[in-house]
Amino acid sequence: MNIPTGWQIDIGLEIHAQLNTKSKIFSGASTLFGSEPNSQASAVDLALPGVLPVVNEAVYAKAVRFGLGVSADISRVSAFDRKNYFYPDLPKGYQITQMDLPIVSGGHIDILLEDSTEKRIRITRAHLEEDAGKSLHEAFDRYTGIDLNRAGTPLLEIVSEPDIKSAFEAVAYARKIHQLVTYLNICDGDMSQGSLRFDANVSVRREDSDTLGVRTETKNLNSFRFLERAIYYETVRQIDRLEAGRSVAQETRLYDHNKDETRPMRSKETATDYRYFPEPDLLPVIITDETIAKIKAEMPELPTQRQQRFIEDFNLAATDAALLANDRNLADYFEATIKNSQDPILSANWIKVELLGHLNRDAVSITDSPVSAIQLGDLVALIQAGTISGKIAKDVFAALWTGETSSAATYIEQHDLHQLSDPSALEPLIFDILKANPKQLEQLRSGKDKLMGFFVGQVMKQTQGKANPQEVNNIIKRLLQETV
Amino acid sequence: MITKQELGVLGDLAQLSLDPESRDSTLRAINEVLELVAIMNTAECEGVKPLAHPLEAEQLLRSDKVTEVNQVAKFSQAAPLFKEGLYLVPKVIE
Amino acid sequence: MNLNNATITELHKLLTDKAISATELTQHFLSRIAENDSEINSFITITPEVAIEEAKAADLVLAKGQHTMLTGIPMAHKDIFCIEDIRTTAGSKMLANFIAPYTSTCIEKLRHAGTVTLGKTNMDEFAMGSSNESSYFGPVHNPWDKTKVPGGSSGGSAASLAACLCVASTGTDTGGSIRQPASMCGLTGLKPTYGRISRWGMIAFASSLDQAGCFTRTAEDAAILLEHMAGHDSKDSTSLNLAVPEFTAALSEPLAGLKVGICSDYFKEGLEPEVENLVMDGIKELAKMGAEVVEIELPHTKFSLSAYYVIAPAECSANLSRYDGVRYGYRCKDPENLEDLYKRSRSEGFGSEVKKRIMVGAFALSAGYYDAYYRKAQQLRRLIKNDFVSAFEQVDVIVGPTAPGTAFPLGAKTNDPVSMYLQDIYTIAASLAGVPAISIPVGLSKGMPVGLQLIGNYLEEAKLLRVAHQFQQQTNWHQQQPQSNLL
Repeated sequence: MNIPTGWQIDIGLEIHAQLNTKSKIFSGASTLFGSEPNSQASAVDLALPGVLPVVNEAVYAKAVRFGLGVSADISRVSAFDRKNYFYPDLPKGYQITQMDLPIVSGGHIDILLEDSTEKRIRITRAHLEEDAGKSLHEAFDRYTGIDLNRAGTPLLEIVSEPDIKSAFEAVAYARKIHQLVTYLNICDGDMSQGSLRFDANVSVRREDSDTLGVRTETKNLNSFRFLERAIYYETVRQIDRLEAGRSVAQETRLYDHNKDETRPMRSKETATDYRYFPEPDLLPVIITDETIAKIKAEMPELPTQRQQRFIEDFNLAATDAALLANDRNLADYFEATIKNSQDPILSANWIKVELLGHLNRDAVSITDSPVSAIQLGDLVALIQAGTISGKIAKDVFAALWTGETSSAATYIEQHDLHQLSDPSALEPLIFDILKANPKQLEQLRSGKDKLMGFFVGQVMKQTQGKANPQEVNNIIKRLLQETV
Repeated sequence: MITKQELGVLGDLAQLSLDPESRDSTLRAINEVLELVAIMNTAECEGVKPLAHPLEAEQLLRSDKVTEVNQVAKFSQAAPLFKEGLYLVPKVIE
Repeated sequence: MNLNNATITELHKLLTDKAISATELTQHFLSRIAENDSEINSFITITPEVAIEEAKAADLVLAKGQHTMLTGIPMAHKDIFCIEDIRTTAGSKMLANFIAPYTSTCIEKLRHAGTVTLGKTNMDEFAMGSSNESSYFGPVHNPWDKTKVPGGSSGGSAASLAACLCVASTGTDTGGSIRQPASMCGLTGLKPTYGRISRWGMIAFASSLDQAGCFTRTAEDAAILLEHMAGHDSKDSTSLNLAVPEFTAALSEPLAGLKVGICSDYFKEGLEPEVENLVMDGIKELAKMGAEVVEIELPHTKFSLSAYYVIAPAECSANLSRYDGVRYGYRCKDPENLEDLYKRSRSEGFGSEVKKRIMVGAFALSAGYYDAYYRKAQQLRRLIKNDFVSAFEQVDVIVGPTAPGTAFPLGAKTNDPVSMYLQDIYTIAASLAGVPAISIPVGLSKGMPVGLQLIGNYLEEAKLLRVAHQFQQQTNWHQQQPQSNLL
């Protein structure tokens, strides 16, 4: 399927970022993922008769941090509203959200387009609200099971203007938000746990039209790929309908990744009138300039700032700095590594080649890496000090990766892998090898330098890779001169 | 004044069904209330800021601490249908 | 001495003098409930085992001398307050079998102070009503005349105290639900400033209006209770973050120099002439005691009822959405699908008054009507509040009738909702503004009690209680009793 020409696509994204607080937005229940069903549903989360919400302070601090990160306005007075609809995973029958006075308004984020130019996507608003519980449709034949552990998990809903014009731009924007919220340490960004979820509002119009078309909202996309596919499918579907002279219905849709298509959602659609009104159980939240200044002072470094620092402070190549700074966890790993290795460039190389290679091969995330930054830092330090060769270091890394050992130094000790750099030990060995290969020695003497490699190889073979190649080179050259 | 049809919409919004016998009396009762309320229309409120909370105080924030323990055994005793740790409702098709 | 109508103060003396034990006192009231409540129906649940256990604990505390003014005082609580392991119904079929898994802050505090829980009292369903006739557990009969209503919504709490089935009781007041039944049952009924007592564990009707309070025989008892019920609660964002004053401290201060406001709007058509006369007599009494009577204006008070019947239903329409038959409460038989589960559980579980208010509320908030109804009502609410703010720049308290008439016969207004709503015409404005108010007995009209309402400025419960207490030092209306009590 290709997107037909002559059409303009308008996309607005609503991104739900779960804020990484310890407790819920309105109750003291834990937000830990993956616990026994309903074990983290407190009286407030269950909406027992007579319970009341109280706002979590950390939720506000994190929302403000986001607002500052996208150059938005922070509302000095923000307030909560009730959004009324019935659904079994919404225990109160209303969601507490921010309608009239959101904490963050305005702001923008710049994305990189395919042609390497930058494009600015405007952010309409970001507001705080509570997550719903989970409906489990597969667990029973005739029933849907409700788990309310997630109910009340704080969400920051980030709403963009319809500035996004393609699935590519949507993904670029979503990735940028992902990078930002993880950098700001307001969301763990773990898509597999639903920490970041996308709703895509998609509409199409003739290229010469000034008014937006009728939009559909595809809900709950939980990966960048699904976001891309869903937008692509919706775009083509809408254009096809309009070209066939049919209309597009304003509706909520779901993306089915097995079929790679979207379809209208059957439930949640009766309540089209949410009857928002101010939440009487909560009072307006006042944020002072001092509080904002304090949060600003404690803002973590943003990706572009960090990349610049890697170049200036550590002399990293721009591409390496970008690669490492792009992912906050990777950048943190890198900085932790150099604490032990004291060698930023060598550390960066090892992370780029060996570590990322292994992570990709085994599909492991950096936060779950079996080799810790401390371990890698120690290993790089050993290479740097000449204790082991780079070749041996790869074996040591593999042993760390599989868990065969937990310390490079111990492993080297146990397997006697120290690099041989002592000339008095190497010289007799090299002398014997030269003598044992008179033909090659003759060629080397006559100026065939590439025979050097042959002899170094022989020495490495004999020493099981432990000989210091630089030292071996030096000794061979000296021996050649001495025996002239 | 609301119509029978609007009453049906309100019933859907509020998830309430009215049996045919009580529909007329409910409609009448609701319209009586709306009539009582209509006197508001004579009040001049131009430029008056709506008052949501009588005291106009500000929200105190709670520190981010886990204070709740697992009480699923106690809470679920009140549930009409609870199995394998889940509250059950008739199967929902999304 | 007769224990039946003794005050907290009197009983406290008996308890600390060891003239009676808390257990004996509790047993006395449990027997009275067993003998008399079948005709009153003031209790939904009686908790004799809990009561005896608490009384025994109170006796130990009394023996050690670590008591409060409330140690060993038997109380009845409106069935709107959650008490752990005790059935809590809010007068509804929806919660007819709901055993609360936690305790409300207000009751927790009273229990901590040593009170004894006799049981949970009858009420209008979800506190929606002014006659206690919307209760799923049947109407409550007024001890003064059992063919009449006790008022509502806290009708059971009022009737149980009037019938001497407890020493004091708790209630909640959203638009008059403490003051109006206090008036009809000849009791002192206090609604404090909004936010004075925590709402945690108190089943919500209209969150921005609901306020807990109490029924007592005297203003002095009310002051004692309020000292223990009030206070900031970190679990209720709307609870006042202020220290609790000693409400009992200023009770004995005389009224000389006090300015009492009267508003002509409170004496217009609809007010029974004999009630008006008694209220005017009460005001004269205050003047005799040294108070200066001043005419004041509350120009927006006439809009109170309208604003209230938009705001309260709107908030209740959302507050009652949680009753969906999923996690607790009534669930219909064999639901076919989710919508059937919702609609039948709610339609079968709620009574007609509740359903009507939910729909009025849904209407007032719905698209296209919000501005004309909900927003307008909230604007009027500000104007009504501003009226009080200006009035209290001139006067210390505002005095008037609590209700337009005395208790009416059971069934008299059940088919006439608007005339039922008019019961709260004098009490609603204070609820909308959030200011404190108290109703005290001011005489009998054709043998039925009449209440005098005193409205105070924000946080000035102490002043209200002082005026009420001083009035009760000069009059004996609060000591009048229903004939049936004396049989």
